[in-house]
Amino acid sequence: MRKTLTATVLHAVLVVGALLTLAPLLWMVSASLMPAGDANSFPPPLLPRAVTFQHYADLFTRLRLTRHLTNSALVSVSATFVSLVVNSMAGYAFAKLRFQGRERVFRTLLAAIVIPAQVGMLPLFLLLKAMGLVNTMVGVVVPFMAGVFGIFMIRQYALSIPDDMLDAARVDGTGELRIFWTIVVPVLRPILVTLAVFTFLSAWNDFMWPLIVLSDEAKYTLPVALASLAGEHVQDTELMMAGSVLTVLPVVILFVALQRAYIRGVMMGSVKG
Amino acid sequence: MSRALESRQNRAGWAFVTPALALIGVFFFVPVLGGLVLSFTDFDVYAIGQPEVARFVGLQNYAEVLANPLFWKALGNTLVFVLAGGPLSVITSLVAALLVSSKLVRFPGLFRSIFFMPVVTTLVAVAIAWRYLYHSQYGLLNRALGLAGIHPVDWLGDPHWAMPAIILLAVWKNFGYNMLIFIAGLQSIPEEMYEAAELDGASAWSRFVHVTLPNLAPTFLFVGVMTMLGQFQLFSEPYVMTQGGPLKATTTVVLLMYEEGFRWWRMGTAAAIAFVLFVIMLLGTMLQMRLQREQR
Repeated sequence: MRKTLTATVLHAVLVVGALLTLAPLLWMVSASLMPAGDANSFPPPLLPRAVTFQHYADLFTRLRLTRHLTNSALVSVSATFVSLVVNSMAGYAFAKLRFQGRERVFRTLLAAIVIPAQVGMLPLFLLLKAMGLVNTMVGVVVPFMAGVFGIFMIRQYALSIPDDMLDAARVDGTGELRIFWTIVVPVLRPILVTLAVFTFLSAWNDFMWPLIVLSDEAKYTLPVALASLAGEHVQDTELMMAGSVLTVLPVVILFVALQRAYIRGVMMGSVKG
Repeated sequence: MSRALESRQNRAGWAFVTPALALIGVFFFVPVLGGLVLSFTDFDVYAIGQPEVARFVGLQNYAEVLANPLFWKALGNTLVFVLAGGPLSVITSLVAALLVSSKLVRFPGLFRSIFFMPVVTTLVAVAIAWRYLYHSQYGLLNRALGLAGIHPVDWLGDPHWAMPAIILLAVWKNFGYNMLIFIAGLQSIPEEMYEAAELDGASAWSRFVHVTLPNLAPTFLFVGVMTMLGQFQLFSEPYVMTQGGPLKATTTVVLLMYEEGFRWWRMGTAAAIAFVLFVIMLLGTMLQMRLQREQR
């Protein structure tokens, strides 16, 4: 009896919490479907009086968001690709290949986690300027290409690969690169998916760095374009909400599709050795 | 292992880590050291075109930053965000983790995913949405408060309420992340410890205080340090929602650094601000580690 009461209260609290958590996102979708001007009326409506997709059409025609969508996709996909190759090789080497100075280098990398990215941002900008990479897509991708967190994640996972498996291949005369591609990568697959989702999401959602590096409006990624539009179109609530939904939708879909991989990655970050 | 295999592994190991080390070295470690050098120069808008005109000015930038009232205002705002928003965020995460982890809950995975959802969303997009929700006249928040008989608050227009409004958004956006880490921590507590406490007649509350909390100590340290480090870097929320206003009430250290460096191109000053922040973050990390060690 007491148990059912506790369970009921517990579920009530959870449902209320879940609704509050989802409310801003649901309102975003709802407002994006309202006829222009409706969101700014009193009392503020929860649901659209009439559903319209006009604002979504406007995003692609009048506001020409297609190129920003393309820019964001390009940046996120290339960041993910480079990060997968570079971090997986390094993470595996730190776990399984015995080389001189391995522990020292790894410890130095881990210690760097406490250095905030902003400390290096100004010189990085000047460096990229000297390299001619300011205001380019490559410039936006640079900070995502290799990361201590990614290396750490792969290393923790790769530690469980049995040495016998690798040594057997070595005795057969297989080269290290071939061992990596044919034996290690298939074993690492689950954690590679995690790393891919991680990198894609952080590149897609990033704001400060693309804001700094990109000066040409046509090259803006979606968040930077959205922030700049939000300044001009303060009154167009419904239009801005359509833009927000468009920005958030790809990452939410990715998360829902691959949430198990992503959640495992977050939890791994906490099991520090 | 034979000598040949050993040297082969040595070479392969270095070859495998070199791309990552080169990228991190060139695009992270070199800029960080460069930032330190930059902070001792008067690098400004003229030096951008002609770097050789920049001169070393010793500690002048640091002296100027520490004498600038706006820096102290920004630091104060940032500390409010860290000291009020941090604990609030961690407590919300812990409560959510405890609720979701209860054995009585059906569909724990569903609730976990819902609570985590804001974490994956794009901050700029949700901050714009929250700006409308905070609207003094048409915002849903004031509407809800109005139904409860509370007078409308000009959330983002009132210097007293702007920072609390940003804290609320940040807690909503981020609590799911630490919730997952707490769930992992809770799962690692052996079931027998709870059973033993229950046999001793311990109440639910005393089981929480004497079993759950002590076992979560390492998780608390990790969550505390990582949350603090992230919060010291507050930038996008005020940039999108308030541009640091009203009356500089939401200007943070990183926002100030951005404006100095990338709006006014006073890179020397901006680099000094970045390093002062870095030192404060290091001190904060050391303090937390020390406090946690003393508790044990």
